[in-house]
Amino acid sequence: MEKKTLFDKIWDAHVIKSIPDGPDVFFIDKHFIHEVTSPVAFLNLEKRGVKVMFPERTVATPDHNVPTIDQDKTIKDQLSRMQVEKLRQNCKKHGIELHDLGSDHHGIVHVIGPELGITQPGMTIVCGDSHTSTHGAFGTIAFGIGTSEVEMVLATQCIMQAKPKKMRITVDGELGPGVSSKDIILYIIAQISASGGTGYFIEYAGSAIRSLSMEARMTICNMSIEMGARGGLIAPDETTFAYLKGKDFAPKGEAWDQAVAHWKTLQTDDGAEFDLEYQYNAVDIEPMITYGTNPGMGVKVRDSIPTTDGMKESVKKSYLKSLEYMGFKPGEPMKGKKIDYVFVGSCTNGRIEDLRTVANFVKGKKKADGITAWIVPGSREVEKKAIEEGLVQILEEAGFKLRQPGCSACLAMNDDKIPSGKYAVSTSNRNFEGRQGPGSRTLLASPLTVAAVAITGEITDPRDLIEELALEK
Amino acid sequence: MAYDKFDILTSRVVPLSSENVDTDQIIPARFLKATERKGFGDNLFRDWRYDSEGNPKPDFVLNDPTYEGKILLAGRNFGSGSSREHAVWAIYDYGFRCVVSSFFADIFKNNCLNIGVLPVTISSEFADELFAAVEADPSTEVEVDINTQTITLLATGKSENFDINSYKKQNMKNGFDDIDYLLNLQEEIQVFEAER
Repeated sequence: MEKKTLFDKIWDAHVIKSIPDGPDVFFIDKHFIHEVTSPVAFLNLEKRGVKVMFPERTVATPDHNVPTIDQDKTIKDQLSRMQVEKLRQNCKKHGIELHDLGSDHHGIVHVIGPELGITQPGMTIVCGDSHTSTHGAFGTIAFGIGTSEVEMVLATQCIMQAKPKKMRITVDGELGPGVSSKDIILYIIAQISASGGTGYFIEYAGSAIRSLSMEARMTICNMSIEMGARGGLIAPDETTFAYLKGKDFAPKGEAWDQAVAHWKTLQTDDGAEFDLEYQYNAVDIEPMITYGTNPGMGVKVRDSIPTTDGMKESVKKSYLKSLEYMGFKPGEPMKGKKIDYVFVGSCTNGRIEDLRTVANFVKGKKKADGITAWIVPGSREVEKKAIEEGLVQILEEAGFKLRQPGCSACLAMNDDKIPSGKYAVSTSNRNFEGRQGPGSRTLLASPLTVAAVAITGEITDPRDLIEELALEK
Repeated sequence: MAYDKFDILTSRVVPLSSENVDTDQIIPARFLKATERKGFGDNLFRDWRYDSEGNPKPDFVLNDPTYEGKILLAGRNFGSGSSREHAVWAIYDYGFRCVVSSFFADIFKNNCLNIGVLPVTISSEFADELFAAVEADPSTEVEVDINTQTITLLATGKSENFDINSYKKQNMKNGFDDIDYLLNLQEEIQVFEAER
């Protein structure tokens, strides 16, 4: 029998038709939409006089541009308000389920999908957002699409895509203390570059990946796009099933048993071939931070910014331009650089586990005077749990401002902007120029590293503080 | 929606050699708050093109009258990051019909093909040659022929072939989009869905 990868199994099961020397007609099980990339799709659909083919296969939530304070009031920004109102109208008109602002199920689309059990192994999932790759943590083929494709899915539940090549990234061994899944993915991207995954769909494997919680796996799959890959997935296992069991939209009773039996078959066959493989050792991975303007520009927190020695002239030009934007010089150490803002949130690290990590670390401490510390839960559910578990109190005592759920300062479409020239260490996914506001300078890191920076006001290896704390005791 | 047919494009070239240009640079997130596809070209490369007061930055290539044309010659890994199709809308609405690079980000390339901007991938050597030719003579013209799948530097006659699958090629030549194709498959899709 033909040996197949997990990716092959799911992809092939969703191809309705293959066009010779062209793309596959690819069926989508679940479609997530939000207020920013859907309105033009609905508008075009109406111009064509076409209905939504399977409204029950689309789920909506407003997350990208929503304010993270006073969500119970009318949105002040007129354009944001219009987009959110448009989403409401479109959902109502076409019979699409909407998890609106203020509802118990509201949040960042890639946080609520898994949290509600909508995301399930073996599915194909798309959304007009590149971080749709997050859902791959459940053994799904999930990726971001453009607005034309949002329209295709609404109209026909299909898109037309050529099958990507297959890559496997294996991380074996045990992570050291103070090292998290965010460090794994920042390390991988620094190794293979911000474009090294282009044209591929990734499967993450190995004992270090297996040992991770679902939240931590989502962080890894989320950032697959940051190396150019369409998406990344992880084979489902007992951790996956335990996470999903009992969730609102997960199968129940006999249907659950049948589903689990099927999900257990979703594994890469022994001997199945990948187009490209990378292998890493968990012991080589340490807390990471970025220093430039793409996520591939990352180093260990205790290291220095790479010099330009041996760099090709064309590469050097872009490299120095990037450092100039950041206000950094080649060869400078990362540790000790002054920071102005910290941001904990986003579809990368805005889940309950991330808030627990930060709260646990800052408990009984105060943030540094020069630091503004924002914490934005990924969903209402995360916010609710954080309150119940007493995390919010701990965070507020440490000087963090807790805001309401949304994408917030990750892309700064709302008012949560880092001012021009200021430095922010963020748990989000992109350090592009101006990403967190015009002129803002972003450094990406894990929630633990961000917590350490909040306390010291400068770039800090969290392990240094853990050691100090241990000595104090 | 339908777009202008693509056949043979002969044009001057606007060079932008920076590598890893992400879609946040092509159009920053704060300009995505529209409910219609209108006016995106005005904000193409907004923060590179204008200062915080909205004045054009004279050193940015789109503000340099020396350069013009319907072809954008871009650096390696163009269009990385966010899947926002608005980035391609901005490029199209500004007046470009073709982007040439030695390496494109995946989703961006797909979005281009869906709305009628032709992404042309060339070798990095040829890209270097084109950049040098345009720098030496900004009136340099390049011909992109979708029929023969060739891109030619007219001054020297040097040309290269580029890839595009025959399905997308027909679409670009006729100004068709994928939805027309998919709508014709609705019966098959119904059957497929019912069996799931």
